[in-house]
Amino acid sequence: MSDTPFYSLRGISKAFPGVKALDQVQLDLYSGEVMALIGENGAGKSTLVKTMTGIYQPDAGELRLAGECISLTTPDAARNLGITAIHQETVLFDELSVTENIFTGHLLTRGPLNMLDWSEMRRQCIKILADIEAQIDPDILLKHLSIGQRHMVAIARALSFNAKVVILDEPTAALSIHETQELYKIVDKLKAAGCAIMFISHKFDEVFAIADRYTVFRDGCFVDQGKIDNVTQAQLVTMMVGRTVDQIYPERAQALGDIVLKVENFSHPTEFHDLSFELRSGEILGFYGLVGAGRTELMQAIYGVSNNITGSLEIAGQVVKIRSPADAIKAGIVYVPEERQSQGVVLDLPIDQNITLPQLNHINKNGLLNPASEYTLADEYASRLQVKAPNWHELVGNLSGGNQQKVVIAKWLATQPKVIIMDEPTKGIDISSKAAVHSFMSELVKQGLAVIMVSSELPEVMGMSDRIIVMSEGLQVSELQRADFNPEKIVSAASGGLNEKTIH
Amino acid sequence: MKKLYTNREALLCALIIIMALSVGAFADDFLSVGNLLSVYNDTSMLIILALGQMLVIITRCIDLSVAANLALTGMVIAMLNSSYPDFPVPLLVLLGAGLGLCMGMINGLLVWKLSIPAIVVTLGTMSIYRGVIFLLSDGAWVNAHEMSATFMQIPRATFIGIALLSWASLITIAVFYYFTRYARTGREIYAAGNSPTAAFYTGIDVGRSQFIAFSLSGLLAGLCGYLWVSRYAVAYVDVASGFELQVISACVIGGISIMGGVGTVTGCVLGAIFIGVINNALPVIGVSPFWQMAISGAVIVLAVIASSRAEQKSGRIILKQTMLATSK
Amino acid sequence: MQKITAHKNSFSNFTFSLKKLPWEFFLLLITALVFTLSAYASPYFLDVWNLSDATFNFVEKAIVALPLAMLIICRDIDLSVASIIALSSVAMGFAAQYGFAIELIVLIGIGVGMLCGLFNGWVVTRFDIPAIVVTIGTMSLFRGMSYILLGDQVLKDYPEGFDYFGQGYVYWVFSFEFMLFLVATLFFYFLLHKTNFGRRCYAIGNNPTAAFYSGINVKRHRLMLFVIVGALAGVAAVLLTSRLGSTRPTIALGWELSIITMVVLGGVNILGGSGTIAGVFIAVFLMGIVTFGLGLLNVPGIVMSIIIGGMLISVIATPVLIRKFSQRS
Repeated sequence: MSDTPFYSLRGISKAFPGVKALDQVQLDLYSGEVMALIGENGAGKSTLVKTMTGIYQPDAGELRLAGECISLTTPDAARNLGITAIHQETVLFDELSVTENIFTGHLLTRGPLNMLDWSEMRRQCIKILADIEAQIDPDILLKHLSIGQRHMVAIARALSFNAKVVILDEPTAALSIHETQELYKIVDKLKAAGCAIMFISHKFDEVFAIADRYTVFRDGCFVDQGKIDNVTQAQLVTMMVGRTVDQIYPERAQALGDIVLKVENFSHPTEFHDLSFELRSGEILGFYGLVGAGRTELMQAIYGVSNNITGSLEIAGQVVKIRSPADAIKAGIVYVPEERQSQGVVLDLPIDQNITLPQLNHINKNGLLNPASEYTLADEYASRLQVKAPNWHELVGNLSGGNQQKVVIAKWLATQPKVIIMDEPTKGIDISSKAAVHSFMSELVKQGLAVIMVSSELPEVMGMSDRIIVMSEGLQVSELQRADFNPEKIVSAASGGLNEKTIH
Repeated sequence: MKKLYTNREALLCALIIIMALSVGAFADDFLSVGNLLSVYNDTSMLIILALGQMLVIITRCIDLSVAANLALTGMVIAMLNSSYPDFPVPLLVLLGAGLGLCMGMINGLLVWKLSIPAIVVTLGTMSIYRGVIFLLSDGAWVNAHEMSATFMQIPRATFIGIALLSWASLITIAVFYYFTRYARTGREIYAAGNSPTAAFYTGIDVGRSQFIAFSLSGLLAGLCGYLWVSRYAVAYVDVASGFELQVISACVIGGISIMGGVGTVTGCVLGAIFIGVINNALPVIGVSPFWQMAISGAVIVLAVIASSRAEQKSGRIILKQTMLATSK
Repeated sequence: MQKITAHKNSFSNFTFSLKKLPWEFFLLLITALVFTLSAYASPYFLDVWNLSDATFNFVEKAIVALPLAMLIICRDIDLSVASIIALSSVAMGFAAQYGFAIELIVLIGIGVGMLCGLFNGWVVTRFDIPAIVVTIGTMSLFRGMSYILLGDQVLKDYPEGFDYFGQGYVYWVFSFEFMLFLVATLFFYFLLHKTNFGRRCYAIGNNPTAAFYSGINVKRHRLMLFVIVGALAGVAAVLLTSRLGSTRPTIALGWELSIITMVVLGGVNILGGSGTIAGVFIAVFLMGIVTFGLGLLNVPGIVMSIIIGGMLISVIATPVLIRKFSQRS
């Protein structure tokens, strides 16, 4: 609409110990337009969002709002200027009501005592929720809501300020197709109201559906910006990755062995229902679905993390009862968790101690530590995975995300498992580590391991898997052989089987 | 039944009533208005301190120094009163509250500005405050005959048949009810305790919330310093020794989650009354007072077990409601 | 979100590694300083018998501080240790009244301690309740049980020979208590720093979820630590009861705080994950020497609490302050 940007950033840099997250980047948002920020994981998008909303202070560079230089020392300051963000992972308060979640930080008051005006807040809350057509009780505690509903609350919260700049950080990751459509409508309303909108997404169909402009980042650097009409998807991908890629996935060997894992009628009281599948040695089985489809919960159930599961599990024809990860490891099942930092590694322990952690009793049979044999074992697997570190005494917390992931995988390979479950194995790691993980996976199956891979990235799941099971809302909705892989089919199944017209 | 589990306040209330009634069956005059008022009066200081402690616990901290704070302010005020009997008592009370506030602020600043875990800070200040009492008093006692008549009379004076000590707790309850429900700062304390990250994102300074909670806890401890010394008409180094644990127990029984962010004024008050009723009922039914400690300990353990069962993680609930219904 | 925690973690890493090296050294330096000053200030300080007598004031607490350090490294805490000492002392008193043999009395004392620890650990791990709340409860519960059992009575019918544990000497000035403390220090040093069990403590203390996902039976491990703490509280009860020759329900009242102070002063992170036995060992002596030195100078015991409280806070605040100021400049 207008030619001068409403909110613009120039020369922004931000470094963390060991990482340069943003290097001299620039960005422009225009009133009444949607700008799509595109970049790989680790391109610096989340850091940028936090810098734009006062959560991080940039080391260098300037922020201009409506032509004036501003400095955002707190999240508060940003909000007072009408800048608001809906973060990737909703940050809200479980124990507070929906109304209070929406108004915390700018609670409405009345009277000379500044008494909180709950009835007014409730009234406005109902109105905002009605505007976005979310059927949510304003008085219910947030902890009782589903993920999708929480997202709607986060959006309602953003709308409750008179926001002039709205930043949506991957808002659709956890939404069904229907909810995504609703979100598009809200974005249109915001546009019409003159907001400057920044939209971060991995999904190109979304970008082309709602964005007016684009900006591409790569490895913390600005690459290019322009009007969305003047660019093609292939060009965007090239800019994003820095080379022309049809992401090359390793050749898949087709010879499958015997059934190693058989899961039958797995059910959990609230998270998933009646899942059955088989897995053969040498096979990669992909699990695709939206965030919150119940895949992680299923994997954790197989791995013995969750209790009260019904159903049976067989390993190589033997029925096995798995009640804890220790049981699973003993049975030959290992799990590379999605939450690497909180579940995968112990950041304050060195690499070798992380690798030997699951089998201390094996290495040190009499219960006494034997640093030399630990180091030898760690050395074997850490070298095999090409973990980049000065030596294996380095703390895992000092490694990059990709190398931390390699440590997790090394830890599990050292136990010589039969089945390895990988939950979003390449989430948040750089492109080269990603390729390394992929080629390593295919090498593993060649050696007769069976792999289950949970992934939300369609190209990854299609490129790597022999077979894909699609889950939606805790149910197994579809199973496809490699020959039948078809993106539209997979996506629509994952979105709850809605027909194709609704997918843009 | 499940509703009762989840509604802790109702459960606690029912328990207190059952307890009072069954004690009443042993001794009729336990249930007389006069006695109930005196039971409440006895519990007043526990209620006041528990309310302050509640805020601290809601911000994910703990204040072990309340009893030492109370004892120190009590000693300072008692000594002032005995040296300058003409110094107006209301000013003394204000002074005590101010002194308590300062000690609370010291705790709060150490937690806020130096990010030292609250348990370490208050463990330290607890020893320090107690030691300072000794330095001031040289280990001597301030006894009733050294205190002025007004000094000792005020908490005992009645207004509409209720002792001023009870009024002090009633007013504190009212103020805290307002504060936790209708004051922005009060709600921010809940938000900060519930999720520090989210609170930071919404512009709430978590450390500042903790500081405010500690300051208020200290202020109330200072106020209780006066109330305690004048009520029991004595001040010495070990006044209220170990009382901080009763205060924390009242909070735990009242459903204030030690993980932060959860707890109500009603629950907290009921938790304190629960302990108060036990303390007062035991002698009545002829149980040796030696039982009191073990009972409140057992109650704490049972209370936390009960609440952990009620709060068992419900997960994200991915399956649809219809699915849930059929799968059950 | 994930980024933020990542940076926070690497940040705390950084500060830990800064702190780790000089911590024990720093403590040792202060201890030596206090030692020298005390020796200079009082002619009685350097007398070996005086020094030996002084050890009785802290070794009983120190013996509980060692396992408690491991428990705190594992992110738990036990505030009920002093009450456990009381209850197991009461149990021993009754056993003595029944005329049991010394060995049996000792066994009962330690056994009761272990049962108390088992109860703490069971409630904490079975119901997933923070240890601090549970042990605040059991602190009253165990102490209260001692009151119920004993009222205002005193038990002192300990058999002849029982006084050896708390009053006897192994060789010259070396008391049984002190030698036992040295043995216990070696044992826990070995357990924490040289065994699988100790490694798991650090893993659990740093990241209980990752430890669980790595196949460690986290609950059982924590339960065992509670039992070990209980057992050593039982040992402390044996020593203390034997030294005093009598049991009252108020025995060891308030000890939990000085024991925890020893642990924290020794550089164990109260939030779990780091700490060493060496640090606790030095901290124990630091506290012992300060108490003894001031005692010789006729400073009353309660004033010591100011100094110990001040040490606790300043010793933790100093690195934070140094970091703050060095960042500013």
